[in-house]
Amino acid sequence: MLFKPVILWTDALIYLLVMVALVFVWYVRRNEHMLVPWRRVGHSASGMASLTVLVFFMSIGLLDTVHFRPAIENGSNSEKVYSVEVLSLLDIIATPLRTRVEKTYSAPFAAHLYARETIELPDGAQMREFPRLQFGGAHLQDPATQLTNDVAERATTGLALGLLSWCLVLTLLSVSLARRDSATLSFTLSAIRRGDTEVPWNAVLATLALMFMSIGVALMLSTHYHIFGTDKVGQDVFYQSLKSIRTGLVIGTLTTLMMLPFALLLGIMAGYFRGWVDDVIQYIYTTLSSIPGVLLIAAAVLMMQVYMETHPELFDTIAARADLRLLFLCIILGVTSWTGLCRLLRGETLKLREMEYIQAAHAFGVSHWRIISRHILPNVMHIVLIATVMDFSGLVLAEAVLSYVGVGVDPSMISFGTMINAARLEMAREPMVWWALLSAFGFMFALVLSANLFADAVQDAFNPRVRTWPLQARKLQRRGREQYSKDKTVEAEIKGSHSP
Amino acid sequence: MLNYIIRRILYAIPILVGVNLITFTLFFVVNTPDDMARMQLGIKRVTPEAIEKWKHERGYDKPLMLNDSEEGSGKFTHTIFFEKSVAMFAFDFGRADDGRDIAHEIKSRMLPSLAIALPVFLLGLIVYITFALVMAFFRATYVDFWGVVLCVALMSISSLFYIIGGQFLISKLWHLVPISGYSSGLDAGKFLVLPVIIGIISGAGASTRWYRTIFLEEMSKDYVRTARAKGLPESIVLFRHVLRNAMIPILTGAVVVIPLLFLGSLIAESFFGIPGLGSYTIDAISSQDFAVVRAMVFLGSLLYIVGLILTDISYTLVDPRIRLE
Repeated sequence: MLFKPVILWTDALIYLLVMVALVFVWYVRRNEHMLVPWRRVGHSASGMASLTVLVFFMSIGLLDTVHFRPAIENGSNSEKVYSVEVLSLLDIIATPLRTRVEKTYSAPFAAHLYARETIELPDGAQMREFPRLQFGGAHLQDPATQLTNDVAERATTGLALGLLSWCLVLTLLSVSLARRDSATLSFTLSAIRRGDTEVPWNAVLATLALMFMSIGVALMLSTHYHIFGTDKVGQDVFYQSLKSIRTGLVIGTLTTLMMLPFALLLGIMAGYFRGWVDDVIQYIYTTLSSIPGVLLIAAAVLMMQVYMETHPELFDTIAARADLRLLFLCIILGVTSWTGLCRLLRGETLKLREMEYIQAAHAFGVSHWRIISRHILPNVMHIVLIATVMDFSGLVLAEAVLSYVGVGVDPSMISFGTMINAARLEMAREPMVWWALLSAFGFMFALVLSANLFADAVQDAFNPRVRTWPLQARKLQRRGREQYSKDKTVEAEIKGSHSP
Repeated sequence: MLNYIIRRILYAIPILVGVNLITFTLFFVVNTPDDMARMQLGIKRVTPEAIEKWKHERGYDKPLMLNDSEEGSGKFTHTIFFEKSVAMFAFDFGRADDGRDIAHEIKSRMLPSLAIALPVFLLGLIVYITFALVMAFFRATYVDFWGVVLCVALMSISSLFYIIGGQFLISKLWHLVPISGYSSGLDAGKFLVLPVIIGIISGAGASTRWYRTIFLEEMSKDYVRTARAKGLPESIVLFRHVLRNAMIPILTGAVVVIPLLFLGSLIAESFFGIPGLGSYTIDAISSQDFAVVRAMVFLGSLLYIVGLILTDISYTLVDPRIRLE
């Protein structure tokens, strides 16, 4: 074997989450009434565009989840030895980014280090200058004259490649759409352009075009340059940003996975059984939620740190240690954040249990457990779903803040928070080192923005009472106006036909 | 009314006891004082004597719940639980690792925290409500659309970015105000301007959008239609009828955070070097001063519970339909 698979705790939970998601998709597809709100999500342009970006982030996160330990060449011994370093598929794909480590800071697209160094000339004299980078722009003879041209050339190639692959996707999509609707290709294409399709493919394709072009440019350039510069120990910032995506996704999704059992079980029990069960559960969540979140998290993480320091025998690799800390962080965040959802579920269950169909089930002698699982649980799932997508972006942002406070992820784990924290110390440097900060914030912004937009689309679709997005309103208004003018003409026609 | 308030306060006591039990479990049962001592003194090369000394200095060398070596009430009072947890109800938080009295520190640090948090809260409320009203007035137009887009974008930016970006732009590039620092008295103003502005901006997205939703929901009610039907201009409908009614959820929602203003903001205070409670907490977390963190957890929950009581009272004050039994 060339490698030894490693399944870290969070990996296992992510696989579980993916499986749950697949089962959920399969289940929804078989139930027409559950498909309806999802169709509404599918019709929202902002929702589908943000979903496209999210899918991209998720696939990077998934690639980064498949961990293994590569074998080390061991000539004398026939026994395989595996490296202590845990790598992921993303690390393999990004090997050039991961391994080409410079000495220290270098600006984006730089061919020289950021700091002067004393270099000894062949004749023994010394001079201070910016030394060339080992990898960034190393193929250039004279960076001062060639750099701009080379970057522009590669960027154009990347742009062209991106456009080419986008055209491929466009062709595949329109051909399959045309075949499905048995329409001509040109008709389908113009329908897509006008946004006249059921799913707003024009929004998806516009997003894809932007993404493909930037990916193409990034791919072409990152093989020869550090496109976002390097950090203090010379590691590529672009690579770090890519790695941070998984940490953010894990915090955003696993936390919800952790809190769901608590919130569902306790919330429904409190609402369903009422009486002393309700009192006890209400007391528990009032108490927990009256401790300000950050303080409770800080206290819990401090205690976790003590536990991990005093029990070092539990972790065999640095990655396992960092991973376990991430899992603990998710659990702690979950324990501190289930109260809001629990309260919502309790209220909804209180309302549901008075409904006629539940009363009827009672009268038929259906057991409590069965009523809860068959009649109440499916009817509160939309609340759970909305809470899940709404929480996601907040959790990603919280990770950065917590890491800054010092109660976030393990310092050895690459995340947006640790990147910002490390870069913040260099703010006072003159000239300023700004690229690590900016790329961390940029990636985080893209992730959180698309999550927010998607959450809005889901909320609009599942909760018709709350309208968060005005586009829909405007469309309705326009439709109303058209309807009105149509009515007017009909009215006029009727009048006209009656009057002599 | 008084009766209700008293009952409400009595109801808060079991919650505070619960909070106290949680912190006690977290700090003394999950990890024993021995573990904490070992962590602080360094894992390796730590002698049992050093641990004993560390525990003795902090009064952690007693039994947790029951002291068998004592007689009478001393069985319960000479324990960690009584001396460290029960004492918090009397605002006796003990001493921090640097030997200072925590209660005294908290008292002296509340004012700087309030100096930032209060302007952010008040000015923020005015700004957010104004923008939300503008968006509601121009609802379903491009003003509203781009307003919401801006709100979502503002919500998606990390609060750290606002602080770092603001410090860089205003203090470092334009040299308008000092980057960080604090002084008591009137010249504190120049130190406070930047944190207050950044505080308002970083909360703008979520709050404005939320208030806009409240306004829009209020505007879809029947009395608004009646007001329009009798021929009132839109501005009067909005300012005289909708605004007043929408203020009920907005103000009662804001009341709960008023007591928490004393705690200040964790991140802003440490970035701007303001000696408030927020930076006190951050310092305690990074130096692993367990006593201070414990005290802050207790204080935070106490203030939150006060906020909840105030919220309930404010409901009855602004909305006569709600009666207290």
